Amino acid sequence: MQVWHFSEMAYHPAWDSLGHSLRNTIPSRACDPRVAADLYHRYLDEWALCDELGINIMTNEHHASATCIDSVVTVPMAILARETKKARLLCLGMPIANRQDIVRIAEEYAMIDVISRGRVEMGFVKGSPLEIAPANSNPVKMMERYWEAHDLIIKAMTTHDGPFNWEGKHFHYRQVNVWPRPWQQPHPPVWVPCGSHGTAEEVAERGHVIATLNTGYTRTPGLFDAYRKKAAACGRKATPDRLAYLGLVGVGHTKEEGYRRAHQVADYSRTTPRGVAEHFSPPGYNPLPVAAQVLQNDGKGLIGSVLTVQSRNGRRIDAATATVDDFIDAGLVFAGTPDMVFDQIKQFHDHCGGFGHFLMMAQGGHITHEDTVDNLKLFSKEVLPRLAELSVA
Amino acid sequence: MARIKIAGADIEVQSEGAGRPLLFLHGEDYFGQHRPFFEALAKRFRVVIPRHPGFGSSSLPDTFRTVDDLAYLYLDLIENMNLERPLLVGASLGGWIALEMAVRAPAAIDKLALLGTVGVKMGAREDRDFADIYQIPETEMRALTFADPGRFVPKYAELSQDELVSIARDRESTWHFAWKPYMHNPTLKTWLHRVRMPTLMVWGEQDGIARVDYARALSRALPDARLEVVPNAGHYPQIEQAAKVAALIEAF
Repeated sequence: MQVWHFSEMAYHPAWDSLGHSLRNTIPSRACDPRVAADLYHRYLDEWALCDELGINIMTNEHHASATCIDSVVTVPMAILARETKKARLLCLGMPIANRQDIVRIAEEYAMIDVISRGRVEMGFVKGSPLEIAPANSNPVKMMERYWEAHDLIIKAMTTHDGPFNWEGKHFHYRQVNVWPRPWQQPHPPVWVPCGSHGTAEEVAERGHVIATLNTGYTRTPGLFDAYRKKAAACGRKATPDRLAYLGLVGVGHTKEEGYRRAHQVADYSRTTPRGVAEHFSPPGYNPLPVAAQVLQNDGKGLIGSVLTVQSRNGRRIDAATATVDDFIDAGLVFAGTPDMVFDQIKQFHDHCGGFGHFLMMAQGGHITHEDTVDNLKLFSKEVLPRLAELSVA
Repeated sequence: MARIKIAGADIEVQSEGAGRPLLFLHGEDYFGQHRPFFEALAKRFRVVIPRHPGFGSSSLPDTFRTVDDLAYLYLDLIENMNLERPLLVGASLGGWIALEMAVRAPAAIDKLALLGTVGVKMGAREDRDFADIYQIPETEMRALTFADPGRFVPKYAELSQDELVSIARDRESTWHFAWKPYMHNPTLKTWLHRVRMPTLMVWGEQDGIARVDYARALSRALPDARLEVVPNAGHYPQIEQAAKVAALIEAF
């Protein structure tokens, strides 16, 4: 199993003053660029450390948000492409249905792939509904736009005979010609986050990696099974390296220390629903039955479901008030001593029929730099070597 | 209820009453609240009420992408249903479609009535002419939409799943056609001189979606328009003041 460290680059110093919403409508005067600079350097240092610890690197992006000031997923990766030597670099990812210029995405990824000498993993994400407003991106037919963007990026990266024409439904270019060509041939691996069986099957058809998050004990096995079945139907074996799961980690020298760290990292889960209701459910983003439920609840229905996760035996858990034990029971958090963390990950891994990538959120919200570094080091020393034996692709 | 097929779209059409042909193009939401208005019109007109592609039970073919497509669809519908130079009435999104039809084929339309219409950019680039209807809180949106929301907003919690899905689909289709540029066609203003037919504009005094100031600017940009502002009505004056608006249209 490969392990990746993920941080949202939270701007937590503003959380208390911003109140209920941390996204989209918040004024940027609440952001002090000097504080942001310190945070950026701190988070980059933590990722750079991963290169020495045998842990790979994962970045993402959100917009107009105090939960994540990584507003361009490829910017930290461009820095890390030069600062690191071994770690693989996963952008999970690029909201390809929200970007205006699709060829530019191929250029960004190709350039980082070459600078890093072939260490890029390209994430293509639909993005959360909260990303619709900042991008002014039409929520209707997003996935149609998504797959056209996907096809265009792949063709742009794999065409080496000069310009080609693209006059699709959503994107128009007459001279697509990406320089440099990517280091990895035919193109860097593609990752797609996935929360529905339909998407899992579409990704399986293409042989890309699926990653799930917040899906826990109850939903993850079904998603992985949907992928495996579709891959088999396409005549392809779904090796463990095609399946990834994101979990939050707090490991400590004692159980209490690990739990304290996990509790702070779980700020990520607690802040997820902190946004304005109407931005969670723009018409067209969700399937009609979900949109109908939102309408019935005066726009509040979806936030409720974002807040609620399930334990392995189906108990509903409110993320806003959940304890670390609740989160562990749901399969969202792995916490305690190294032995405990390994046992929890192994148990979850076996419950899901195996997976080859563990996306580890070892930093979130208020956890300090010192605690994050120790979290990463302890994980690397005590847990990582044992995980390497699980789901060897 | 009849169905008509045009350019691959399977369109639901209600027809009622007899007399001069009147083609009504509905707005983005609250279609179910129009019954008293339709009944008032049907006393004087042959009222033809299609549901736009993606609304009601009308299909939304892949090829229907912009309000232009809707304008051509209804110009075809006028011919196919033999609606000889109808009185064209459009509300909100439907008014935008009606304006697109009018600039394309002014001879096909006898008179035009616009109710709380969107579609034309009047303000500067940092002014929003139309409230961002599905990106503001639902309760705020209702207060901008109706002078008396308590009377006219459906009790969603009491609706069936099918009814809720149908309304959700209408909203989704609104975004499909009107997301960007938001609720308008940037070039439509250039061609408003072609709206040569007499035009009656009926606006709710409390319209918070397309405000009366916008209506005044639009009326000045049209060659032959008269604006009637109706008190105790918001964005859908034909819902909140059905008899009064129907009477204005009859007298037009």
